Amino acid sequence: MATETLTLGKALNVGLRRALEDDPKVVIMGEDVGKLGGVFRITDGLQKDFGDQRVIDTPLAESGIIGTAVGLAIRGYRPVCEIQFDGFVYPAYDQIVSQVAKMHYRSRGKLNIPMVIRIPFGGGIGAVEHHSESPEAYFSHTAGLKVVSCANPQDAYVMIQQAVASDDPIVFLEPKRRYWEKGAVDLDGPLSEAYPLHASRVARAGTDATLLAYGPMVRTCLDAATAAAEDGRDLEVVDLRTLSPLDLGVVYESVRRTGRAVVVHEAPSNVGLGAEIAARITEECFYSLEAPVLRVAGFDTPYPAARVEEEYLPDLDRVLDAVDRTFGW
Amino acid sequence: MAKGDPGAPARGRRAAPRSRKATTGDPELVQLLTPAGERIESVTGPDGIEYRVDFTDEEYRGLYRDLVLVRKLDAEATALQRQGELGIWASLLGQEAAQVGSGRALRTQDMAFPTYREHGVLYCRGIDPIMPLGLFRGVDQGGWDPNEFKFNMYTIVIGAQTLHATGYAMGVAMDGKTGSDDGEAVIAYFGDGATSQGDVNEAFVWAGVFNSPLVFFCQNNQYAISEPLDRQTRIPLYRRAAGFGFPGIRVDGNDVLATYAVTRHALDNARLGQGPSLIEAYTYRMGAHTTSDDPTRYRIASEVEAWQAKDPIARMKTFLEREKIADAAFFTEVDEQARREAVDLRERVLAMPDPEPTTMFDHVYPGGSPLLDKQRAQFSRYLESFEGSVH
Repeated sequence: MATETLTLGKALNVGLRRALEDDPKVVIMGEDVGKLGGVFRITDGLQKDFGDQRVIDTPLAESGIIGTAVGLAIRGYRPVCEIQFDGFVYPAYDQIVSQVAKMHYRSRGKLNIPMVIRIPFGGGIGAVEHHSESPEAYFSHTAGLKVVSCANPQDAYVMIQQAVASDDPIVFLEPKRRYWEKGAVDLDGPLSEAYPLHASRVARAGTDATLLAYGPMVRTCLDAATAAAEDGRDLEVVDLRTLSPLDLGVVYESVRRTGRAVVVHEAPSNVGLGAEIAARITEECFYSLEAPVLRVAGFDTPYPAARVEEEYLPDLDRVLDAVDRTFGW
Repeated sequence: MAKGDPGAPARGRRAAPRSRKATTGDPELVQLLTPAGERIESVTGPDGIEYRVDFTDEEYRGLYRDLVLVRKLDAEATALQRQGELGIWASLLGQEAAQVGSGRALRTQDMAFPTYREHGVLYCRGIDPIMPLGLFRGVDQGGWDPNEFKFNMYTIVIGAQTLHATGYAMGVAMDGKTGSDDGEAVIAYFGDGATSQGDVNEAFVWAGVFNSPLVFFCQNNQYAISEPLDRQTRIPLYRRAAGFGFPGIRVDGNDVLATYAVTRHALDNARLGQGPSLIEAYTYRMGAHTTSDDPTRYRIASEVEAWQAKDPIARMKTFLEREKIADAAFFTEVDEQARREAVDLRERVLAMPDPEPTTMFDHVYPGGSPLLDKQRAQFSRYLESFEGSVH
């Protein structure tokens, strides 16, 4: 078994390469994805090997990227669109929400838009404004879109290929601050036997409380669980992986055992994923709960200047503080 | 030529009688049939290209039949809305020639991306004219198969479809389907208001940069709901093309022959791999924006009357009569066909069933969604709880 240690970014790169190899209809398009290999180098070397008809440097217009990808999809292609940064997806918002998401529905199933919209998201890299946002709630709220996020190199490698192979339009959120984190990746496992794309998974088993996270916050929660273990608390961490549709079966099972749940995300708490998850846990696990479902999230401010983002972003201490509060109920 | 592809105009099939060559009149406007019904044999556009059509008598009559049928069905739809049978209707009244001329210029393999007003193009593509009425009645959101008819669903969001057309055209080129006479071309319909949209301008950029086999077909009907053209542009719209690096031409959109000639030329250029172009079909929205609109609030009757004199069907009828291409019996027969098709359309619209409520859960995702399945099941149980009552 060829298991290699790869960064999350490189795992995405290898996964995209596989996707291009597996299906001649797959095309990658975006700003600077060609010669440069993307500003994060996720498409590094792909244009060189697959040509500029498969890996397309587009004009600098996000609505144009998504809108033309819709046309390519109608023509039978499988576009993988890169939005360079989270904060730049909004010019494409109309095309994503009104066109990509609805085309299958409006056509009563006659058209598929098998598009992947890759978005490096979240903060923590000291960036200037518009480069650190977490727009997942906007897309999760939209029927017709599916939204996923990977949290480790193995998932990055597998999930990007699964997303490209899916006939659903998928917003694929990449935890940009974790691009450089390394992990073992099984490069040989057949995609058909891989863990399903739209399924949550226990990332760390525990008994005392359940932490729920996705993307960049999974690592934060795992670190929090390690720290809590030193204090004698055994925390379970669930990597949600799929944000729309949510897959909360393992969450309900976990919360029924632990009686306590904390949802963690970088996005602002107001009307965020945490609110939906908390509501669903309350509906399904009401008699098991020892405390209200708590949220640790970004504050309800615009994403702040980089020098204070560490205070804005949920971190190990804020997560553990919330866990403490669930025990103080 | 009631249906299908009339093929390329064959030279010398019928010399246009009593015609002349012209570069006179509005030098910016390609015209082959004047409002008075006078036939111009050929015209050299400001682009230096000689535009002409050489139709057989049967083809001329076919175009006339299309125009009359399209107008009649549109009028019937307006009437159905007034009687409460459609939620809303966007009439094409006045734009029949722009739509039939361009629609008939398409070859079978060409793909069209319409707005919500392209009922005439839809008709030319061989789609059952009841289809858009389902949309505006509220029983579905389209209904035809875009790939079967090479005519995408209507797009309501202004200008969004021009990007879809551009991407599709990029795909045509990537598939190697350009560069020969039997290549494929794509046409994107939009209006004068849409030219202010970012998406349309991005489509111009994209199509130019990628040399896409695409015709941007702008029906300038002078109004975006209430806003006149001068609220959208300081220059004639067709001249915008120059800034994007491809040809632009203005055609008399009330002249079915000139519209056909100009569109066919642009489509053939596209299919040969010569890239995109912009056609501004200069026309007029004789009716309201939609049945919810009241144009008397923003335009005066004399303006409408001036355009009435440029009616696309009247000039074609005058031409057919004068040249004895059609006789009274023909016109009567066309009117009778239009009446029959309108009655048939009405009867079928009234018979359209409302969809079952739970069908709203269908086709949200090709891959399905367990959460949606659960919601549907819960809603079904809720509906069943009203057993015995009408819900």
